Amino acid sequence: MDFALTPEQTSFRDEVRSWLAKNLPKDWSDRMRVGSDVPRPEVYDFLRTWQRKMYDAGFMGLTWPKDYGGRGLTFMEEMIFQEQIALAKAPPVLNILAIGMAGPTIIAYGTEEQKRRYPAKMLSCEEIWCQGYSEPNSGSDLASLQTRAEKVGDHYVVNGQKVWTSIAHQADWMMLLARTDGKAEKHKGITYFLLDMHSPGVTVKPLKQITGDDEFNEVYFDNVKVPEANILGGLNNGWAVGMTTLMYERLALGFGLQVRLRIALDGLVDLAKRTKKNGAPATQDPNVRQKLAQMWIDTEVFKYTGARAVTKLLKGELPGPEASAGKMMWVEGHQRLQELAMELQGPYSQLGRGSRWAVDGGVWQYSYLRSRANSIEGGTTEIQKNIIGERVLGLPKG
Amino acid sequence: MNFGFNEEQELLRSTARKFFDNECASETVRKLMDGPEGMTPDLWKKIAEQGWTGLIFPDEHGGMGLGFVDLVVLMEEMGRSVVPGPFFSTVLLGGLAIREAGTDAQKKAWLPKISSGDARATLAWMEPSAELGAGGITLQAAAKGAGFTLDGTKLFVHDAHTADVIVVAARTSSGQNPPAGGQNPPAGGQNPEDGVSLFLVPKGTPGLSVTLLPTMDQTRKLCEVGLKDVALGADALMGQAGSGWAPLARVIDRATVALCAEMCGGAQKVLEMTVEYAKIRQAFGRPIGSYQGVKHKAADMLVDVENSKSITYYAAWAMDEGVPEGQLAVSMAKAYVSDAYRRVSGAGIQLHGGIGFTWEHDLHLYFKRAKGSEFTFGDATWHRERVAQLVNL
Ligand SMILES: Cc1cc2nc3c(=O)[nH]c(=O)nc-3n(C[C@H](O)[C@H](O)[C@H](O)COP(=O)(O)OP(=O)(O)OC[C@H]3O[C@@H](n4cnc5c(N)ncnc54)[C@H](O)[C@@H]3O)c2cc1C
Ligand SMILES: Cc1cc2nc3c(=O)[nH]c(=O)nc-3n(C[C@H](O)[C@H](O)[C@H](O)COP(=O)(O)OP(=O)(O)OC[C@H]3O[C@@H](n4cnc5c(N)ncnc54)[C@H](O)[C@@H]3O)c2cc1C
Repeated sequence: MDFALTPEQTSFRDEVRSWLAKNLPKDWSDRMRVGSDVPRPEVYDFLRTWQRKMYDAGFMGLTWPKDYGGRGLTFMEEMIFQEQIALAKAPPVLNILAIGMAGPTIIAYGTEEQKRRYPAKMLSCEEIWCQGYSEPNSGSDLASLQTRAEKVGDHYVVNGQKVWTSIAHQADWMMLLARTDGKAEKHKGITYFLLDMHSPGVTVKPLKQITGDDEFNEVYFDNVKVPEANILGGLNNGWAVGMTTLMYERLALGFGLQVRLRIALDGLVDLAKRTKKNGAPATQDPNVRQKLAQMWIDTEVFKYTGARAVTKLLKGELPGPEASAGKMMWVEGHQRLQELAMELQGPYSQLGRGSRWAVDGGVWQYSYLRSRANSIEGGTTEIQKNIIGERVLGLPKG
Repeated sequence: MNFGFNEEQELLRSTARKFFDNECASETVRKLMDGPEGMTPDLWKKIAEQGWTGLIFPDEHGGMGLGFVDLVVLMEEMGRSVVPGPFFSTVLLGGLAIREAGTDAQKKAWLPKISSGDARATLAWMEPSAELGAGGITLQAAAKGAGFTLDGTKLFVHDAHTADVIVVAARTSSGQNPPAGGQNPPAGGQNPEDGVSLFLVPKGTPGLSVTLLPTMDQTRKLCEVGLKDVALGADALMGQAGSGWAPLARVIDRATVALCAEMCGGAQKVLEMTVEYAKIRQAFGRPIGSYQGVKHKAADMLVDVENSKSITYYAAWAMDEGVPEGQLAVSMAKAYVSDAYRRVSGAGIQLHGGIGFTWEHDLHLYFKRAKGSEFTFGDATWHRERVAQLVNL
C-alpha cells in the first residue's frame, strides 16, 4: 500500500498545478465556491472555451491513446489531474458525455477509422455529444426501447423518439441505441449508432426541468439516415456496447464526482462559517458540526473507495459492477449535502435568484433542486441496488 | 499509488483465514466466551507460534517488525471469527504502550515475552467518568521517596484479570504546563494533557485488585481495576513523569485503527452469512434474496462494508507513514466504521428473520461485538467532533 507519487507523477502534478494557477478564470472560482456543480446553459460558451484551453494544454484525454488525441498516460495521472482540479475549484468539463462515455466506448469498440475520426474532436470540444438511450416507455428497462433503425441500401433509417436527452440541443453527435431486429430477444436486437445530430429529420425539443432550466430534451427521429459505417461494435451488438458505456459512465463518475463533491463540500463549509446561528457562526453549533463532519468523512471515504477501484484498474482489471456502489454513494452524499445547505439557510432557503435577500444570489436553490436528478440520471438508485445485489452479491433475480 | 495489499499480505490473509476457521470456529468461540479467560493456553500458544503476538514489535524484541497495514489484515480475519481473548489487549494496548512509552529496560523486559506469547499485558486508561480525553485521567500517582503511590479506580480495562502486567495511566500533576508547540492553553488555563504518567504494574502487586465485569459482548472481557496505596518503584514509571499523554494518545489512535479493521472483518462476515442465507431461504415460493426489500438492504450493507475497509486501510497507511493527517484519518475511520458495523450487523439479524434472533445463530456475536466496539475508543459522535476540530470547522 503506497499513496506516494513517483518523481514523474510529482512533476506532472506540479505541471497541472502551475498551469491551473495561471489559467484558472478568477470569477469562476467565486461562483464555484458556493456549490453549483453542473454546467448551466448560461455558461455553455464559457465552458467550451475552458475545455478547449485545457485541451490545448494537453490535459484532456490523459488516459486515451496518443493516436486518438489523448496522452497515453495512466489512471494515476488522471487521478492527480482531477485532484488538482478539485483543489483549484476549476470549472467542470462541458463535453462530459463524450469524454466520460462515448470516447472510451469508441476506443474500445470502434474501427480504426472511427477511432481516428471522433475522439480527438471530443477532447477539443469541437463536437459535443449526447446520449440517446432513454425513451418515453423505456427508462430503467432500457432493453425494451422501441426506436427503430431499418436497413435501406448502405445506410439505416431511424424512426422513433428519445427523451431526457441532456444537452441534445447543443450536441453535434449522439450515442444512439436503436432496435435493428424486432424479432430477436429484447437484448439481442439493439444496435449502437453514432448519429449526426445535424442530419435531416432530427428534431430537438427542449424540456424545462424543475430548476427552470432547459437542460434535457425530447429528440424525434423522422426517417433519419445513418450510414452503415456509423454502427459501433457490430450489428445487433448494441446492448454489450451500451453497457460498456454505462460502465465507463459510472467510472467517470467515480473520478469526476468525487472532485465535484469535494468542491461542493468546501462551498458548504464556507457557507456554514458565514452563516450565523444564535449569534455565532453555524460551525459552532454542535448539531451542524456533526453533520458537516459526517459529510467530510463521507467525501473522504468516497475518495478512498475510488482509489481502491483505481488500483484495480492500474493492475489491468476492468471496472466492474462495483462502480454502481460509487454512483449510489455519491448520490446519497450529494443530496444530503444540498439538503444541509438549505438547512443552514433556514427561512432564507425559500428565496431564489433575483431576490436581494437570497443567500449567494440563490445559487444553492438551483443546486439543491438539480441534485434531485442525481438518483435518477445514469440509472436510478433502485437499479444500482439491483445491480449490486445481483451482479456483485449474486442474489437471485426478482 | 497502490491502494491494495501486496503478496505477503495476501498470504497472511489466507493463512489467518485458514487458521481461525480451523482453530476458532463458532463452537470454540462459544466455549471460550463462556469461560472467564476467553482463551485457552493451547490456542494462545498456537497464535503466538504464528508470530502474530509479535507482529508489530521490532525484531530486536522478538517481533516481526511489521506495520499497521500488515496488522489490519490479521485484525480483519480475527474480527471475522470474533476471536475472543487477550490478543487485542496484549498486543494493541499493553504491548503497544510499552513499545511507545517504555524505557529500554522495560521494553527488554516485556516485549520479547509478549512477542513469544509468554506474557499478557493490558492498558488501564479509562475511569468511571468514561471520559476519553486526558482530563478523564484522575487516578492519583503521588511521589513517594524515589517511587510513587497509586490510588484510584480504572474501568473498562480489557482482560486485566489475565494480564501479567497492566500499563496504568495516572496523574502525577494537575497539568500546569501549557501545551507544547505554542498552542493556547485550554479554557481555565489548565492543560490536562500535562501531568499524565504511565506506570507498569505487574500482576500480584500489593493493593492491585481486578474484578471481571459481566459484559454484553461475552467475547470481550472487561474489568474494573482498583489500585489502593499501590507502591511502585521508580523503575515502574514509563518515560518521563508528566508526559505520558502523547504516547498514550498514539497508542489509542493505533489501537483504534486495529479495532476498525477487526470491525471490518466482522461486518464482511455478516454480509456473507446474510447473502448466503438470502439465496437459500424461501418465502412465498422464492428465495428471499430475490425480493428487493432484502436485496436492496444487502446492497446497502455492501456499500457500508467496502467503505469501512477503504477508510480503515487509509488510516492504517497513515499510521505507518506517520503523515500529519494521521489523527484525522483515525477519527474518520472510527466514526464511519462504528456506524457501519452497527448498521450491517443489525441488518444481518433483520434479514435472517426469527432464526437471527436465536442464541444458537452466530449473528448476535457480531451484533454485540459491533456495539461494544462502537463505544471503545470513542463512538461516531465523539470522533465526528474530533474531525470537526481537526479540519478547523
Ligand atoms: C436530469 C436528467 C438527465 C438525463 N439525461 C439523460 C441522457 O442524457 N440520456 C438518456 O438516455 N437518459 C437520460 N436521463 C434519463 C434517465 O436515465 C432515466 O430517467 C432513468 O434511467 C430512469 O428511467 P425513467 O425515467 O423511465 O424511470 P422509470 O424506469 O419509469 O422508473 C420509475 C421509478 O421506478 C423505479 N424502478 C424501475 N424499475 C425498477 C426495478 N426493476 N426495481 C426497482 N425499482 C424500479 C425507478 O427506480 C424509479 O424510481 C436523464 C434523466 C434526468 C433526470
Ligand atoms: C422474539 C420473537 C417472538 C416471536 N413470537 C412468535 C409467536 O408467538 N408466534 C408465532 O407464530 N411466531 C412468532 N415469531 C415468529 C415471527 O413471526 C417470524 O420470525 C416472522 O414472521 C418472520 O418469519 P421468519 O423468521 O420465518 O423469517 P423469513 O420469513 O424467512 O424472513 C427472512 C427475511 O426475509 C424477509 N422477507 C421474507 N419475505 C419477504 C418478501 N416477500 N418481501 C421482502 N422481504 C421478505 C423478512 O422480512 C426477513 O427480513 C416470533 C419471532 C421472534 C423473533
